[in-house]
Amino acid sequence: MSDILRRDRVFDFMVAREVEDLDLSHGTVLYMEDVSVSFDGFKAINGLNFYVDTGELRCVIGPNGAGKTTMMDIITGKTRPDTGSCWFGQRLNLLQMDEPEIAQAGIGRKFQKPTVFEHHSVFENLELAMAGPKTVWSTLTARLTPEEKGQIEEVLEVIGLQDESGRRAGSLSHGQKQWLEIGMLLMQDPLLLLVDEPAAGMTHQEMDRTVALLKSLAGKHSVVVVEHDMDFVRSLESRVTVLHQGGVLAEGSMDQVQNDPRVIEVYLGGADAEG
Amino acid sequence: MFLLRPLKGDRGGQIFVALLVALVIAVTVMANLPQENPLHLSSYTVTLLGKYLTYALLAVALDLVWGYLGILSLGHAAFFALGGYAMGMYLMRQIGDRGVYGNPELPDFMVFLNWHELPWYWQGFDQFWFAMLMVMLVPGLLAFVFGWFAFRSRVTGVYLSIITQALTYALMLAFFRNEMGFGGNNGLTDFKDILGFSLQSDATRLGLFIASAVVLLLGYLACRAIVASRLGRVAVAIRDAESRARFVGYRVELFKLAIFTFSAVLAGIAGALYVPQVGIINPSEFQPLNSIEVVVWVAVGGRATLYGAVLGAVGVNYAKTWLTGVLPDAWLFALGALFVLVTLFLPRGVVGLLRREKEQ
Repeated sequence: MSDILRRDRVFDFMVAREVEDLDLSHGTVLYMEDVSVSFDGFKAINGLNFYVDTGELRCVIGPNGAGKTTMMDIITGKTRPDTGSCWFGQRLNLLQMDEPEIAQAGIGRKFQKPTVFEHHSVFENLELAMAGPKTVWSTLTARLTPEEKGQIEEVLEVIGLQDESGRRAGSLSHGQKQWLEIGMLLMQDPLLLLVDEPAAGMTHQEMDRTVALLKSLAGKHSVVVVEHDMDFVRSLESRVTVLHQGGVLAEGSMDQVQNDPRVIEVYLGGADAEG
Repeated sequence: MFLLRPLKGDRGGQIFVALLVALVIAVTVMANLPQENPLHLSSYTVTLLGKYLTYALLAVALDLVWGYLGILSLGHAAFFALGGYAMGMYLMRQIGDRGVYGNPELPDFMVFLNWHELPWYWQGFDQFWFAMLMVMLVPGLLAFVFGWFAFRSRVTGVYLSIITQALTYALMLAFFRNEMGFGGNNGLTDFKDILGFSLQSDATRLGLFIASAVVLLLGYLACRAIVASRLGRVAVAIRDAESRARFVGYRVELFKLAIFTFSAVLAGIAGALYVPQVGIINPSEFQPLNSIEVVVWVAVGGRATLYGAVLGAVGVNYAKTWLTGVLPDAWLFALGALFVLVTLFLPRGVVGLLRREKEQ
């Protein structure tokens, strides 16, 4: 893990991938404008405007039901909004793409509940997530090249699972599964990472490592973190967006947000005991 | 021997291949012994073994989609039967003017129905190569069209199983109709010869048995090659966490479609080898029960091992042959009991039991 903090070394996955058609000339990687979606009359997202800059690390917080996970579902193509628009860079309209297309275009997602391929070994999990052609034929004929193997081993080292490489992913601890899933994200080499509650079930040490990793990823990648744990959010030292009832309530640094009277009223005031 | 490469690391598969080769040699030798020799194998037994091997191939095809991809198809016998019908049509055309009515062009049942010319979809079936093409194409095409709609609309689990069951039932009802031109409830039978060899002769029967064994071996190796490749790992990933596979960037529906179609083609080939050995194909092969039996074979043998499917198919069918001889009415109860017991006590089938004992 200490390796990741070394300044003299650049990992392959740290170098952002060039994606055709993706126009980032305006410095914004994700645009969500006036997005609304309702489930059975309940407005989960209500007129949401959300922008992420290239290379930015952004935290999204908000009370339960504020629409954090639904927002991620919309970005990754799992849920279609009723109204609004959602663009990846200037040119890719996310509302016209499905999950695999969006994933291939360069948006990776870590779920709230760690989801890994339980019957596969840690190594195989990373192999499956690796960026590259993902058609039926290419997977049938795929042979692991030494470079790819090296890439997987690098990521294994970063997520601290090099000794568990051959172990079945289903037998890992909760925290290790979280890390494996982050590792799978790294293998996917996305431009935009959506990370849903990465710290859940982690010890304080593991949490510190996660903070270091996420921070190091920002800059080359854009990272959006959804988190409940206030200490974790504070230690990321990033811009914070507060969601409330499906819309943006406030945006700014953690200190600004914390001192915003509206935020205190709906969220932090009641959640101090929790955080 | 690049053909045998997929067996690397597949201990059970190696044993299976060795046993299969031994079986073929033993049967060939024993069938050629003189009649008086106590070790002589009757052509009845040879054909029975050949039939088991075609069932084994069907079970391997199902195991590929159920064990590795998680699609519980309750309609795989439909693909088997379609392959069988394509072969049956070729065999019908080979009868020529030796039928009861002596019509050189039309099969007996068409003469009986007062038809005067061959329907368009019977054209070409007098050619062996064309019939073999159809053996693979018809089940494959049906599976492709079915899968295209089902997987794209993300029908999964129990719902998908029920639709596959409905599919085979609908085909059964259709094939029962005389107007369909497939012989109605009598089906296709009274075959005379295949590629010019009489189906009654012992040598032809032995040849069909050997062909079944060779095709089973090739089918097994093909499935094994898929399972051992990254494609196989993607399949298991889809089985275990479908939406994760999507978010990683795999087009889940295309993977399902490809493997499901391949499996249906294998099932069709199995059916084509089955029909000349049993001498008849009729709509009862489409019975939902048949498809469920295939599921029981695979469950008994052990899912997601491929060789377990072979073991289950041969074992359960041997038991069926024996039990329907001794206690004809008891078979269905035995089958049901077997399924319940295996589900409760042997979730990984007989293979799982053997493995566990070895581990202890």
